[in-house]
Amino acid sequence: MQATLDTIVKKHRESGGNIISLLQDTQEAFGYVPKEAVLFFADELGIAPSRFYGVATFYAQFRLKPSGKHRVTACCGTACHVRGAERILNSIKRELHLGEEEDTTPDNQFTVEKVACLGFCSFAPVVLINGAVHGKTTADPVLKEIKALRKK
Amino acid sequence: MENATVIRVCMGPAGIAAGGKKVIEAFSGALARAGVPAEVKERCSSHQVGCVGLCARDVLVEVHADGAKTVYQYVKPDMVPRIVQEHLVDGAPVKEWLVDEAYDAFYRKQIKIVLSDCGRIDPEEISAYQAVGGYEAAREVLHSWYPVEVIEEIKLSGLRGRGGAGFPTGLKWELGRKAPGEIKYLVCNADEGDPGAFMDRAVIEGNPHSVIEGMIIGAYALCAHEGYVYIRAEYPLAVERLHRALRQAREQGFLGRKIFGSDFDFDIKVKLGAGAFVCGEETALIASIEGQRGMPRPKPPFPVNRGLWQRPTVINNVETLANIPYIIRQGCGWYAAYGTEKSRGTKVFALTGKIKNPGLIEVPMGITLGEIIHEIGGGIESGKPLKAVQTGGPSGGCIPAGMLDLKMDYESLAKVGSIVGSGGMIVLDEDDCMVNIAKYFIQFTQEESCGKCVPCRVGTKRLLEILTRITTGHGREDDIARLETLSAGIRNTSLCGLGQTAPNPILSTIKYFREEYEAHIRDKKCPAKVCKALLTYSIDEQICKACGACLKACPSGAITGAKKTPHRIDPAKCIRCGACFDVCKFKSVMKE
Repeated sequence: MQATLDTIVKKHRESGGNIISLLQDTQEAFGYVPKEAVLFFADELGIAPSRFYGVATFYAQFRLKPSGKHRVTACCGTACHVRGAERILNSIKRELHLGEEEDTTPDNQFTVEKVACLGFCSFAPVVLINGAVHGKTTADPVLKEIKALRKK
Repeated sequence: MENATVIRVCMGPAGIAAGGKKVIEAFSGALARAGVPAEVKERCSSHQVGCVGLCARDVLVEVHADGAKTVYQYVKPDMVPRIVQEHLVDGAPVKEWLVDEAYDAFYRKQIKIVLSDCGRIDPEEISAYQAVGGYEAAREVLHSWYPVEVIEEIKLSGLRGRGGAGFPTGLKWELGRKAPGEIKYLVCNADEGDPGAFMDRAVIEGNPHSVIEGMIIGAYALCAHEGYVYIRAEYPLAVERLHRALRQAREQGFLGRKIFGSDFDFDIKVKLGAGAFVCGEETALIASIEGQRGMPRPKPPFPVNRGLWQRPTVINNVETLANIPYIIRQGCGWYAAYGTEKSRGTKVFALTGKIKNPGLIEVPMGITLGEIIHEIGGGIESGKPLKAVQTGGPSGGCIPAGMLDLKMDYESLAKVGSIVGSGGMIVLDEDDCMVNIAKYFIQFTQEESCGKCVPCRVGTKRLLEILTRITTGHGREDDIARLETLSAGIRNTSLCGLGQTAPNPILSTIKYFREEYEAHIRDKKCPAKVCKALLTYSIDEQICKACGACLKACPSGAITGAKKTPHRIDPAKCIRCGACFDVCKFKSVMKE
């Protein structure tokens, strides 16, 4: 981990430490923003950790906890919304026994996220499973795919 | 090589979703296997083209052979060998897979400027863009135009900002040019956060060089030497293609020092947005490029005087910039001939929702809503009556079905309480609840409110609470009036556009669909049967075949019954998820 963090700091030191770019590179490397990374950057660059926290919690992109092995992303843009995105999202969460505020299963196998719009509006409703696009979908095929992933 | 056989496979966002890549592979394989005559084979090329528009029929494949163009729809990899054999080997297109009349109707009323080369050229090759005249406008401007001439040309074209507000682009450039300061910036706003809009993504994926050329021309007019593209990280393909295009432009000497052999230096950096709708607001976008929380600040000073790193900064939307090279090449008069008096040119709309032919369309400003819905869109998918069209996303409003004669331009839309916005156009039918739609948008703006100013932070929260109570059967008699008062306050006192326009979805739905609000509040009914808490599910025992499908599907164990015994729903246990309604083949489940 340390080697990666060193590289990231080195890359951004010259440009004055753009917090968003630092966090983006960190998340790209680890899948989330670990607390240790932020404390290290804060120390190295003389920027208060609270400023990193402020930026990280402002933008939807950043995760402060590791995400599950499989990522299920339900698009909840307007076109998907009017075609039943919410019902699909609820079915997925029910299937994985996730509460209203939870996004990752306790065994860290699945992370379920909702996004504002993926831009696949002609194919609404859309669900991404590990990055693969499932368009014009319903709850059924999505749940089947999730069950298949769970068995693996 | 006019008889060269070219196969174009739609690889736009939806094309990839529908398996465009697999179709390309299938074509490469089938062409080789079928022993298509060698000279044809050599001339065959499968371009990975950007969006050709009618995404709902993906994968679309254009076959250009013997000087004729044939288009296939819904192409799957297993259909490819037959197309190759019958069409390319035997010379007879596979009739039953060709596009139908609706496909032609989709294009007939469209006028393509920004999208004219999207889907026609390979977005990953700069030479393809150059072959259709690309970068000629920038070259000419840099060598033989004065910056003020560029500004004058754009002013005369009547082009207005396509990101939402519709500010005249030429005027913005003029203000930027006149702003005092040695260092200036040009920023391309590609943070398309409006849910239901995807034109910026399509343009960058389908023709990234047009945006770059637009930026070069703009930078020259402003005398800016550094540009930024602020693009959503959620668009990985667009980001990749943009980077590739920038690299190619640099290699050609179109970006960097002394571009096009002139004395002008200009280069472009890419900044990835991190997912915040408010960053579409100019001052918030600037804060975000600087690496801060994307919070707006009061204006003035306007970014054009004090923007990025306190320097004069002009921010233009993707579609606006992509128009520039075409306007320079063909002249301001040509562009201004399209559209209406105050809204010139064309606009790209993302036509989605309950429409038969969803997709990206480019139409002259001033076309009527009816022409878009019925002629281009092919009408409502379900055959049910049209209820409303939502335009402008969370800052826009709903236009009722009775206004099909409404012209699509900045002024006409503002008059009826909506906006052109970035161009999202979501078609709603009878099955959509207008209170639910308003609640959907308020939930969105409430989540995306940056929290800096009280009216927006607290006001949207209160609006959402009221709408939630209305849609769950706890609405109070004076709630409509309360929504209106609160909305007026938020609109008048919020710091930035996000807050100022947040109440629009509520105000326009109250204006045109007040009776739906009243039904929710007084009768505790949702006329469109959408609001869960106001529904009851039951099974018609006369129709029920006791097949057990609903029993299995019910996640809460609310359904009882056995073989040959009609099933029943226990309303106390029912969570109103609608699973039984969806699985019943005999339509015995009733929703009220």
